[in-house]
Amino acid sequence: MSVLYDLPGPRGRRRNLIIGILASAAIAGLLVWVVYRFNATGQFELRRWEQFKFKAVQMEIVHGLLATLKAAGLASVLALLFGAIFAAGRLSDHRILRAPATAVVELFRAIPLLILIFFGYYVPLQYGWSISNLWALVVGLTLYNGSVLAEIFRAGVNAVPRGQAEAAYAIGMRKNQVLRLILLPQAVRSMLPAIVSQLVVLLKDTALGFIITYPELLTVGKTIGGRLTFGFPYVPAYLVIAAIYIGICGLLSFLAWWLQRRLTRVRTTAAAPLPLNDVSQEV
Amino acid sequence: MSEFLHVLTDHWSLFGQGFGNTVKLFLIAAVGSLVLGTLLGAFRVSPIPALRWFGGSYVNIVRNTPLTLVFAFLVFAVPKLDVDLDYFTAATVALTVYTAAFICEVIRSGVNTVAPGQAEAARALGLTFDQVLTQVVLPQALRSMVPPMMSVLIAMLKNTTVAAGFSVLEAGAIPAYMAEFGEPQFYVLLWIAIGFLILITPLVLLQRLLERKWAVAR
Repeated sequence: MSVLYDLPGPRGRRRNLIIGILASAAIAGLLVWVVYRFNATGQFELRRWEQFKFKAVQMEIVHGLLATLKAAGLASVLALLFGAIFAAGRLSDHRILRAPATAVVELFRAIPLLILIFFGYYVPLQYGWSISNLWALVVGLTLYNGSVLAEIFRAGVNAVPRGQAEAAYAIGMRKNQVLRLILLPQAVRSMLPAIVSQLVVLLKDTALGFIITYPELLTVGKTIGGRLTFGFPYVPAYLVIAAIYIGICGLLSFLAWWLQRRLTRVRTTAAAPLPLNDVSQEV
Repeated sequence: MSEFLHVLTDHWSLFGQGFGNTVKLFLIAAVGSLVLGTLLGAFRVSPIPALRWFGGSYVNIVRNTPLTLVFAFLVFAVPKLDVDLDYFTAATVALTVYTAAFICEVIRSGVNTVAPGQAEAARALGLTFDQVLTQVVLPQALRSMVPPMMSVLIAMLKNTTVAAGFSVLEAGAIPAYMAEFGEPQFYVLLWIAIGFLILITPLVLLQRLLERKWAVAR
């Protein structure tokens, strides 16, 4: 039940029904207008969709998808590693480790991801080194998402109740044992949904590879859409690409949500799961 | 070091124009996405199933679509539907459409943080719907909405750089122009990073201040 409304009475129900019908009509009208616009400009014509039947075009899409997944996979592994190292730095008792780790994490979170990718793309060129677009993209994604993950890891370890670490110290464990045997096993469970949802963000951000001409899904979409023979089918091409992204990211987001629900229901650790509803990190 | 400074001083107008357009993009898209996002957020917490469904579908579709794809669709596909947009307008529309989904979610979860008992107690006292909303629910909800709302807007400011890939001369497009002058890109990018730090730091500090202040008050 919503905090805003009581259960409606007979008059309220009637009013809601009327508004509901009007709203449905407006939404239907909007959809009809979109379809009309598509139809009027010939987006449903067979010639604009024909090329998806061809094996070569299908393979083009598959290769684009694989390139996207490759960048996302490499960057995920490296970002998790980067995050683990810098989270350890930020959690350290020694100021000399904590201060630089904090500075790095804060810095990379404040710089736009595209600018970080440009660092990987333009700077090696300047010194005459050759670096592939893939690695420029992976470097940018790693620095940014690694910093965000470092914050998630830190929050996860801090979410384990203090008593857990205190009890472990009390029975004579060393710092490394407390972290390894007591804090991390509980923290990993509590932050798993947040990690998965950050990896969805990373996967989405691989689309920035389009700007540095890395041949990922979006680049393939533009190639397919730019074919004169098929009447420049940009609309069908991008709709297909969008469906692929929405399908994959939607499934992963669902996994994060499912993990979250399961962890909240079946509490196996003292640490409560990190909140997943922090959409402000996803933008 | 002097070369580093010269990169900025020799191309003062390019940097000025670039960051000027970044700020312009940001301000227009911020207003646009706040309006659209609030409307969608109101849909999502409304008692009308059709509106809730519409808000939910919008959010789920846009959240799982990369911003770059939204840009590409507006710049390459929408003109094929005989809707003409210049590049700058396309960029503001893309940022607005994308960011609105996140604003909508912030509003929904903000309203949901208010305990139902608060509104029930208010209604038991005989307050009308308007009074419950403006004097009990919204004052509490706004406290929990403002910090994440600012995070969303900060992220949007950084996202304006994506427009560089779609022919808008904003801060992210400066390296492409500089490549023609043969300036050392490392310095160029450092200056752009510094520019963003200058724009973002006050926003982040303000956000943390509000967060701390209101976390205690809740």
